[in-house]
Amino acid sequence: MPAPLLRLSDVHKSFGGVRALAGVDLELHRGSVTALIGENGAGKSTLVKILSGVHAPDAGSIELDGSAVRIATPVAARDLGIGVVHQECLVFDHLDVAENLFINAHPRRGALIDWRGMQARAAAVLRELGADFTADTRVGTLGIAQKHVVQIARALVNESRVLILDEPTASLSQRECAELFRIARQLRDRGCALLFISHRFDEIFELADRYAVFRDGSSVGAGDIAGTDRDRLIRLMVGRPVEQLFPRQEAVLGEPLLRVENLGRAGEFEDISFSLRRGEILGIYGLVGAGRTELAQVLFGARRADRGSVSGAADIALVPEDRQGQGSILPFSIAANIALPNLEALAPRGWTSARAENELARQWIGALGIKAQGPAQRVQSLSGGNQQKVVLAKWLARKPQVLILDEPTKGIDVGAKAAVHAVTSEFACAGNGVILISSELPEILGMSDRVLVMRRGRLRGEFPRHEATSELLLRAASDA
Amino acid sequence: MNLRAYRNWSEAARRDLKLAALTAILLVAVTWKFPGYAAPRNLAGVLDDTAILIMLALGQMLVILVRGIDLSMAANLALCGMLAALFNRAYPGAGVLPVLLLTLVAGGLSGAFNGLLVWKLKLPPIVVTLGTMSVYRGVIFLLSKGAWVNENEMSRGFLEFTRAQFLGLTTLAWGAILLSAAFIVGLRYSRAARNLYAAGGNPEAAAYAGVDPGRMQFMAYVIAGAIAGVCGYLWVARFAVAYTDIALGFELQVIAACLIGGVAIGGGVGSALGVVIGCLFLGIIRSSLPLVGVSAFWQMFINGVVILVAVLLSARARLGTRTILEAPRT
Repeated sequence: MPAPLLRLSDVHKSFGGVRALAGVDLELHRGSVTALIGENGAGKSTLVKILSGVHAPDAGSIELDGSAVRIATPVAARDLGIGVVHQECLVFDHLDVAENLFINAHPRRGALIDWRGMQARAAAVLRELGADFTADTRVGTLGIAQKHVVQIARALVNESRVLILDEPTASLSQRECAELFRIARQLRDRGCALLFISHRFDEIFELADRYAVFRDGSSVGAGDIAGTDRDRLIRLMVGRPVEQLFPRQEAVLGEPLLRVENLGRAGEFEDISFSLRRGEILGIYGLVGAGRTELAQVLFGARRADRGSVSGAADIALVPEDRQGQGSILPFSIAANIALPNLEALAPRGWTSARAENELARQWIGALGIKAQGPAQRVQSLSGGNQQKVVLAKWLARKPQVLILDEPTKGIDVGAKAAVHAVTSEFACAGNGVILISSELPEILGMSDRVLVMRRGRLRGEFPRHEATSELLLRAASDA
Repeated sequence: MNLRAYRNWSEAARRDLKLAALTAILLVAVTWKFPGYAAPRNLAGVLDDTAILIMLALGQMLVILVRGIDLSMAANLALCGMLAALFNRAYPGAGVLPVLLLTLVAGGLSGAFNGLLVWKLKLPPIVVTLGTMSVYRGVIFLLSKGAWVNENEMSRGFLEFTRAQFLGLTTLAWGAILLSAAFIVGLRYSRAARNLYAAGGNPEAAAYAGVDPGRMQFMAYVIAGAIAGVCGYLWVARFAVAYTDIALGFELQVIAACLIGGVAIGGGVGSALGVVIGCLFLGIIRSSLPLVGVSAFWQMFINGVVILVAVLLSARARLGTRTILEAPRT
């Protein structure tokens, strides 16, 4: 094998006594995609920040093309040819695409910016990538997938040789993922070294040639994708075999809890009818934009339907997709977050009691295994998985009859995922109903007793547990 | 230019155009009632009256663009005005140039103080400038011992510089015109200005592009401060008096002009042309209300309504373009 383009050896980094990286090694090769795998907190984000010049490593070496380099600033990273597609879409919404590509590097004629030249160069790069938008589009009007393409185009403009894709697919639909992968392969074939960070194994096996696994800030394995499989990677990630990712217990289905008839909301979904029984986990599968989140919000009562009716269970809880924006109040403590939907019970006379809130929080921290210092810890300082457990706790504490989960395990690590699934299954087995909205096929297939498929705001299929297969669901969900 | 391009980048331009149309309608309406209003001489007077507002608003705009705000602008103006008056009293023969330099530097330093607190100590801009607003007024009191500097203590050159005319316009008006032109060109064609927009629009993304948002804020405060400083001299010379409370509360009019001119209070959006038109709009209202026989209190009321309407319109425009999770439809 030829020498790697980028090699990190024994890189260390601590933040105020907390060790984020305890000696990691990583090699990226020209014309190759390396998947970086690890649970949340394994050190992936720290590594990205080191490679993009935001943090300097405490110790260890970084070699680019055989010579040792220091990446002191983001500009240094750019000049070295290291480009990053950030998970959070770091783009300028108010500016047009061309300017987004050239920020702080605007082509100039004399002292003045050469707008026409900039537009032309941006248009050329977009054409090369086969982008479906033009250089003069305001970026704020683009979708997330297109914003990722803008970030890739920015890397191309900077002639990046190393491209880091930091969980780019977390909020993309299947079709958008395919488009992103097409572009990624195009860059790989041009000789770029790509680092692909993802929690989704199917994507990793689809795109990557090599893998590297981090656990607790250390490298625990690396090699060719061809010589490994999903179970081995999971074992490396968590350091223990994960017996069952989807511990769905068989529940006895009881009488209907919730009946939805001809529900519709203009421009979002229409003609939705189904019922949910006691003990049932009803999966709703579909691509992003199929109208599932909107349906969930209407069922929960956050928005009103234009047509149709929902009857049955009075107490419905919703764990929303946007857990940081809609699910929790980040600067509040765990106790305050859990207390919020339970204030009638906790403060019947209108006066809150810190003791009662803390007691309730302690109970749920224990029940769900939330990794926290205590009820007073702020939710924003928790990892994604533990944040999600807090959101679950605050609703479960109400003892609802129906729980709607909208992408409950998006972007959380394998361990937390298993915990969320276990809680969900237990909740259903206790005679309650669950509506599980997910874009992740293994999750839908593993957890659901019955699967509904939505496409463009309508139900396009219903599959009982034993009939549902990935292929059937995918076909029903896409326009094929 | 194709239609698509027009739709995309003309959002700001269209806004400016609408405001310009509104301003023109206002001008026509006032002229219809008072035919003398549109006479070149009178309009030159309105421009002269509005010039300081325009210059300050351009400086304030830079600060707002990078998610800041400068409440201390009028206090800084008053401080530099007092400095100018005291300097002139001490050295009446020194001429105008040293006064201009002195106020430029002193204003810039005051701005730099704001900027450093915001940049290095990461303090919220509204708190920092609320504090320095009082501090700068306090310094004026210390410097002047609470006394006024009156016209008879100012030299002729000091007083006449602002009133000198060239092609029918005063130095003040020319200052506003030249600064506006510099801003309109500079904000579009200089890399530093584009980085400023970027830093205001998305500070994190800007940092990754090698633009330090804090440094951008600092620079905006320095420029705003320097403009306020020079305007301090212009103000004192124009009204021929310096005391602790000159331009008290004027910062609010300056911020109002920015908002009416289409600068987004959240940063990242705004055009120099829009701000200038916004100032002219306010200037025309201000100068025509006495003609209609409306009191100064109504003027404040009208200012407020105009701001609320402007903010309402821009909020509605944002809502209209927002699409979340909308599936493509057949």
